[in-house]
Amino acid sequence: MSDAMRAETVAITGHGQDTIEAYLAQPLDGDPTGGVVVIHHMPGYDEGTKEITRKFAAHGYLAICPNLYTREAPGASPDDAAAAARALGGVPDDRLVGDVGGAAAHLRSLASSNGRVATIGYCSGGRQSFLAACSLDLDAAVDCYGAFVTRPTPEGFPLSFGPVVDLAPNLSCPLLGLFGAEDQYPSPEEVAELEKALTEAGKEFDFHIYEGAGHAFFATNRPSYRPEAANDGWERIFEFFGPNLATR
Amino acid sequence: MCTYQTTTLGMEGSGKGADGWFPVTDATVYFDHPVHARAEHTLNIDLINPSRGAGARVAMELDPLSARALAEAILQTLETVPPGLIAAAPG
Repeated sequence: MSDAMRAETVAITGHGQDTIEAYLAQPLDGDPTGGVVVIHHMPGYDEGTKEITRKFAAHGYLAICPNLYTREAPGASPDDAAAAARALGGVPDDRLVGDVGGAAAHLRSLASSNGRVATIGYCSGGRQSFLAACSLDLDAAVDCYGAFVTRPTPEGFPLSFGPVVDLAPNLSCPLLGLFGAEDQYPSPEEVAELEKALTEAGKEFDFHIYEGAGHAFFATNRPSYRPEAANDGWERIFEFFGPNLATR
Repeated sequence: MCTYQTTTLGMEGSGKGADGWFPVTDATVYFDHPVHARAEHTLNIDLINPSRGAGARVAMELDPLSARALAEAILQTLETVPPGLIAAAPG
């Protein structure tokens, strides 16, 4: 197996048939493989998220990260785009689903796609990964410390971040959840509420709560980085994707 | 944690961004993860002009104590302005 990959910015069709920017990384060996839609965190379509996208390609998957802020800030730097999106109240849920659906369709259209697609999201993207998996036909989803899945946002928060736990019966695929025991958003209690809802809905899920880790423990460029939790989390992710994204 | 919490307010004035001076029309104030500051959370202020694109922005990421000191210094400065230099708010 070759380890060559190609990574580049592409244009894809998102929600409402809008053309949006996305970062696509793909192995060049041409073997049929599954795909991963990477949902960026609130700070945007940044260097760290593109690095994560390339990591999936390095492990043999097609991977794409749609720029969820393309419309608010075309061509802007990631931090300016994130500030602009925040000032406008964040990404509406229906648009998120449309953009992730467009990214999944783009992956499935690639010659080396085996048709199977997962989502993974971090922070606000964790909630959005769950939302996408309850709204689209997917093969696996990973929620990395997504808050406001079971609980409403406190007063003063953008309106677009309402609870989505009621969608649990619609979850279309197995869900892997990775959380920090010291996180407050989501707190361990909120994670337990999501576990309960998924159990009641008869859904397949696997949650891990890491002691000594808080929010954003995967973020290598932040003080919140916790190597032990992040390294174990990456192993869990690839173990999870192995069977769920395998060619059938 | 990501707080998402954001206060937005209208502004009148100017700011100097990456492409030089521009008229500032809005500000957002929030306490959340910084992009650049070496801290878990910071008090962030964006002075922006959305009509000129996302790049029309003066951004600050301040340690909470620094932010409070700055806010107090702003109020103190305004309070000591000689009489007659600040126009009364209309209405």
